[in-house]
Parts: sequence; C-alpha cells; structure tokens
Amino acid sequence: MAKSIAQEFKKGLWDEIPPFNLVLGLCPVLAVTKTIAGGIGMGLATTFVLVCSNLLVSLLRKVIPPKVRIACFIIIIATFVTIVKFALEAYAYDLYNELGMFIPLIVVNCVVLGRSEAFAYKNKFAPSIADGLGIGLGFTLSLGAIGAVREILGTGNLTFNILGQFKYEATEIFGSSFEPFTFLIEAPGAFVCVGLLLCLMNIVGKK
Amino acid sequence: MTEPFFELMFAGIFVNNIVLAQFLGQCPFLGTSKKMSTATGMSMAVVFVLILAAVFTWFINNLLVKHDLDYLQIVSFILVIASLVQFVEMFLKKMVPPLYSSLGIFLPLITTNCAVMGACLINAGKEEYLFMDCIINALAYAIGFGLALILFAGVRERIILARVPKPLEDASIGLVTAGIIALTFYTFQGMV
Repeated sequence: MAKSIAQEFKKGLWDEIPPFNLVLGLCPVLAVTKTIAGGIGMGLATTFVLVCSNLLVSLLRKVIPPKVRIACFIIIIATFVTIVKFALEAYAYDLYNELGMFIPLIVVNCVVLGRSEAFAYKNKFAPSIADGLGIGLGFTLSLGAIGAVREILGTGNLTFNILGQFKYEATEIFGSSFEPFTFLIEAPGAFVCVGLLLCLMNIVGKK
Repeated sequence: MTEPFFELMFAGIFVNNIVLAQFLGQCPFLGTSKKMSTATGMSMAVVFVLILAAVFTWFINNLLVKHDLDYLQIVSFILVIASLVQFVEMFLKKMVPPLYSSLGIFLPLITTNCAVMGACLINAGKEEYLFMDCIINALAYAIGFGLALILFAGVRERIILARVPKPLEDASIGLVTAGIIALTFYTFQGMV
C-alpha cells in the first residue's frame, strides 16, 4: 500500500479539497451556501453519503462486474441519499426545507460518483472510508467557508444553529452603519463569490 | 394544461433559468463551454434527453404515487434517466448516425447532469401539473440551458484572447463571467 490511512484522510482536507481543487459538483456549492448553516448541513449530508457509498462499493468491488459498474454505483448512492432525505425530514425539518431539492440531487453530485469510481472501486474498505471522510469533511469545510463569507458580507449577521445543539448568533458584525452587499446572497453573487474564492485559493496554493 | 403556454415557456427560459437562477447543471455549463461547437452539441443533447426523461418520469411518478411508493422516487428516477441515456445512445448509433456523431461524447455525460434529474424532480413536485405542463416545462428548461450555455461559450471564446491575471485563470474567471451573465437574467426576476 502506497499511502497510509491517515494520508488518505488528510489529502481531502487540502490537496484535493472539493470543490476548489477539483472543480466538480458545483451545483450544491452555489445553491445552498446562502447561509453558513445551509452550507455545513449540505456538507455533512454529502459526507454521510460519501462514506457509506465508498464503504459499500469497496466491499462489493469483487462482485460488481466492470461493465455495469456505474449503474451499480448509482443505485448504491441513491439508496443512501434516500436514507439521508428521510432522516433530515424527520430530525432537521428546517434544514430539510432550506436544502430542498438539493438533497435528492446529491445522487448526481459528481464528487460522490467520482470517489466511487476513482478510489473505492480499487481500494480496500479502510482506506475507502478514510478517503470518503476526508473528501466529505473537505467539502463541508469549503461549503461552510463560502456560506460564512456570503452570510457575513451579504446580510451583516451570522446565525448558526444545527439541530438546536450548536448555537451561535451575532448581529451587525461590522456595526450598524455597514450596508450589507445584498448582491452576494442573490443568485449572481454566488458565482462571483465562488469565482473569487477560487482565485484566492490559487494565490495561496501556488506559494 | 393548467397554465398558459407562453407563461410556462417564459418562466422556464428566463425567470427560472435552470443554470443561472436554479444552479442546476453546473458541471456541463463550465465543462463544455470553452468552445462554441461543444456548447451547441451539449445543448442539443440536453434538449433531446430532457424531454424524453420528462415523458418517462411522468409515467413512473404517477405509478409510484398510485401504489404509495414515493420513497422509491430518487432510485427509480436516476435509474430511468441512466438507462434512457444508454438506450438513446444505442438507438441513435444504429438509426441516425449523423446525429449520433454530432452529439458524440455528450450523451453519456448527461446521466450525471443534474439539470435532467432536477427538472424531473421539479415536475414531480408540482402536483397540479398535467402531462402537457410537464413536457412544456421540460422544453423550456432545456432551451434555457442551451441559451445560457451558448451565450456563456460566446463570452468565453473572447476571454481566451484577453490577458487574465494568473490566479484568476480558467475556472475562476469563468465563474465570475457566469455571475455577470446571471446578473442579466436576474433582471427577469418577479416578472411571472
């Protein structure tokens, strides 16, 4: 084995952090990052699907014939997405409403299918879990960061509440005279914001 | 039909543009927009598959609702779309070779295009929609996708000639450009 399990985990957090270093799966990145809570919730849901589908694909990799592997991956992923959808509907209804259609759409997120194809199908189950967890948490981190930038600059406030457990609330971070960039929480602002963050990542990464 | 034809079309193409207002189908939008010819190929393939997928998923969805199997929606939709794409590919290869060679590699890529899956889910979520509404809605979304992609490809072909700061190159400047195009579509907001 070329890499240790810890290394497989770590690469998702910086070297191959989605969506910045692999520009894939941009739809949820743009759509659900109006608030930091939406971004992190989406990231965690994707992480769950990634870990479970990676585990199952790597366990079944000797059984799945190469010719129909993509179809098999998609069914495995769709099953876990259904589980996530119903779990969120039952336990985190606000988040479920905020993410809306993008929960079922995790199934066509290129990041998830990409990891099954590129990693889990060729590796044992322990590194596959580490890989799924690393990429998933990297995805959560980036979504949270984009959400934070858009929420703080776009509304001037920051509210954070996941399942009523972790609460954080700050209003008027820049003082009352600050005029929020409402542009950033609208649709066009999402593109510009992600584009500029990508540019920032390029500057930091190239050093 | 429950809503007038023109209203559905206008809302689908401009107001709720699937790429620029609803953020679906970003991967092909950024991936195939570097050249005008690939952008037109992809747009045609999407129009073709999206309408077919809307027809099939309408029947599947009705069947699922009738038998109280709503929880199978995600699995069955993605399976139908994936097999539909395979079938269309084989059919075109055999029966209409010129169309097949012009769509080329874009057909298999459509399976993971969330615009197709997304449009089907939007249709399934609107209970008041009749069959024709769904088809027209799908047609409008597909045309909206094509319009956005072709406009974007036109701008990107020009950007290649411009001198872009090093860190902004490629995907980064692409996203900022997409944001400016989205701004023009944003002015339609609230019209329908």
